[in-house]
Amino acid sequence: MALEKETLLNLYRNIVLIRTFEERVGEMYYEDKLPAFDIAAGPIPGEMHLYSGQEAVAAGVCAHLRPDDPVTSTHRPHGHLIAKGVDLNAMMAEIFGKKTGLCQGKGGHMHLFDPATHFGCGGIVGGGIPHAVGAALAIKKRHEDRVAVSFFGEGAANIGAFHESINLAAVWKLPVVFVVEDNLYAISVPKEASTSVRSNAERGAAYGIPAVQVDGQNAVAVYEAAKEAIDRARRGEGPSLIEAICYRFRGHFEGDAEGYLGADEKSTWKEKDPINILGAQLKEQGWLTDAEAEAIQAEMTRRVAAAETFARESPYPAPEEALENLFA
Amino acid sequence: MTERLLTTSKAIAEAIAQEMERDDSVFVMGEDIGAYGGIFGATEGLLQKFGPERVMDTPISEMGFIGAAVGAATEGMRPIVELMFVDFFGAAMDQIYNQMAKIPYMSGGNTKVPMVLMTAIGGSYSDAAQHSQCLYGLFAHTPGIKIVVPSSPYDAKGLMTQAIRDDSPVMFFFHKGVQGLGWMTPNPRATAHVPEESYTIPFGQADVKRQGQDLTILTVSLMVHRSLDAAEKLAEQGISAEVIDLRTLVPLDRETIVNSVKKTHRVLVVDEDYLSYGMSGELTAIVAEEALDYLDAAPKRLAVPDVPIPYSRPMEKYVIPTVDRIVATAKELVES
Ligand SMILES: Cc1ncc(C[n+]2csc(CCOP(=O)(O)OP(=O)(O)O)c2C)c(N)n1
Ligand SMILES: [Mg+2]
Repeated sequence: MALEKETLLNLYRNIVLIRTFEERVGEMYYEDKLPAFDIAAGPIPGEMHLYSGQEAVAAGVCAHLRPDDPVTSTHRPHGHLIAKGVDLNAMMAEIFGKKTGLCQGKGGHMHLFDPATHFGCGGIVGGGIPHAVGAALAIKKRHEDRVAVSFFGEGAANIGAFHESINLAAVWKLPVVFVVEDNLYAISVPKEASTSVRSNAERGAAYGIPAVQVDGQNAVAVYEAAKEAIDRARRGEGPSLIEAICYRFRGHFEGDAEGYLGADEKSTWKEKDPINILGAQLKEQGWLTDAEAEAIQAEMTRRVAAAETFARESPYPAPEEALENLFA
Repeated sequence: MTERLLTTSKAIAEAIAQEMERDDSVFVMGEDIGAYGGIFGATEGLLQKFGPERVMDTPISEMGFIGAAVGAATEGMRPIVELMFVDFFGAAMDQIYNQMAKIPYMSGGNTKVPMVLMTAIGGSYSDAAQHSQCLYGLFAHTPGIKIVVPSSPYDAKGLMTQAIRDDSPVMFFFHKGVQGLGWMTPNPRATAHVPEESYTIPFGQADVKRQGQDLTILTVSLMVHRSLDAAEKLAEQGISAEVIDLRTLVPLDRETIVNSVKKTHRVLVVDEDYLSYGMSGELTAIVAEEALDYLDAAPKRLAVPDVPIPYSRPMEKYVIPTVDRIVATAKELVES
């Protein structure tokens, strides 16, 4: 499939935006936490799971989604939400725990909810997968042409929620796409030690749904596989699964000593940086010059900086606000 | 000779190692408990000592591996299984609440489930609603699970050894802020002298951490530390607080509680779990049932005010009991 220049450039811009956001959050995370790392300190306390390295998956899938297509994500949600088109200011403010954040500071980095882009995520592995099935059920009941997508890791594909969800989606022929991001590890546990099949795409057959494996570092490959799966769901032809083989560049969470990695493993994977892969494809077509790439980077740096300023300058919620929002 | 100091996490790992050496039927399962040593260090070094047959990293399949521990236990093994954060219980609740807890009773005692389910609890580091809960009250509520909630390295080792040797299912709740981890806010009480030789601490024996006359503070886990700090401040203001670390909620040392309240005539429960239908309600009910006539004031409770734990720091500080709020509540109690 020959992709249009605009399509490829949009993918590229999205990937650069996600990377820029994640790397900046990664820097700010350490403010006031060092020299003796204290997870509770600094402007961004708590756990932090960043998406750097996997951007091509979020960008390639979400390129086919409309704002009203529901997406569920995980403890590593930033990339999916940015690709879905979130208001960056509100997202950054939530990560800072500010009143102006998406969830008024109640959620934080792992619990981002954005009705404008029909997005939800959470800190319980597998927790979001049934929600995508339920969103698809709502879509089907109302005879709409929307599609639900659930992103989750290869580690999550071993929890019961995944297996129950995929069976439900298949039995009810729901408009949902399961995207397994296989970044080789669930924290320190490698997939070979946790998973009975070589590829989670093989599991599609067990539930009678189409499933493919793609190179998750290659945005074009993800884009094409996602187009097929999402178009199929939109036509009312039921669920499917995409397994994207990818790699996280920053460890499971910030502070991960990564003692479980092979010697040259990370540097080898960094040669397959999705930004460089897509950048090379664009340059080959003559659609991107070095100067244009720099301009895109500068624009994304500016956008992230603006979100940072907004977040830093926003007020914290009042302590008593903790008691609000329990019930509708 | 200087005393050997251990963190709580190392004390737990040592208890497990000593029991594994003593008893072939003991083995450990859980996520990232092998090479990683447990996210909170409770299994550090065990893989190197005992190998992957006895120290098993599991897939993210809590229902499967906790249920498998139940099955292995009914066949005479003594599994120790780690649920990384107690908050993840939901993925395995049937196996914990309806299987592990009830098989001994439903079998009329003919089937034992000698397993330990250990898990991390607690907040105050902005990990938000799904990674900061305590929930020991939820598990103490269902009959059939012994509930251990240690507050110190010494207790953690002795209670873990006791838990492994116990023939009933035990849940062992260690607080992230008590583990003595290098990446958490430093806590001087999380490192202390722990004897090298193996020892046990019987369940159902509270520890009076500080003697006092004016009020009794009943608590567990990290809140023991905050209550002791509060007692120090109260002493400066002429108020003498007795601080009792319950150590186990099931079985519960009612006698120590009641005797203390009979002495001080006032009781404050400090609990990092939710307020309603939990530990604080249970303890104040016991006091009302067994020492009502001795009370000079209605009991007070300080607990998470029935909301999930919010992410943002000012709100989290507002819901989890702090030293200052313990002091203020104790003063109100004494002045009432
Ligand atoms: C039910 C549950 N079990 C365990 C965890 C702890 N945990 C958080 S992320 C994670 C690994 C997830 O691996 P994967 O699904 O592959 O996603 P990745 O982190 O690689 O993006 C684990 C075990 C959790 N949050 N929820
Ligand atoms: Mg993974």
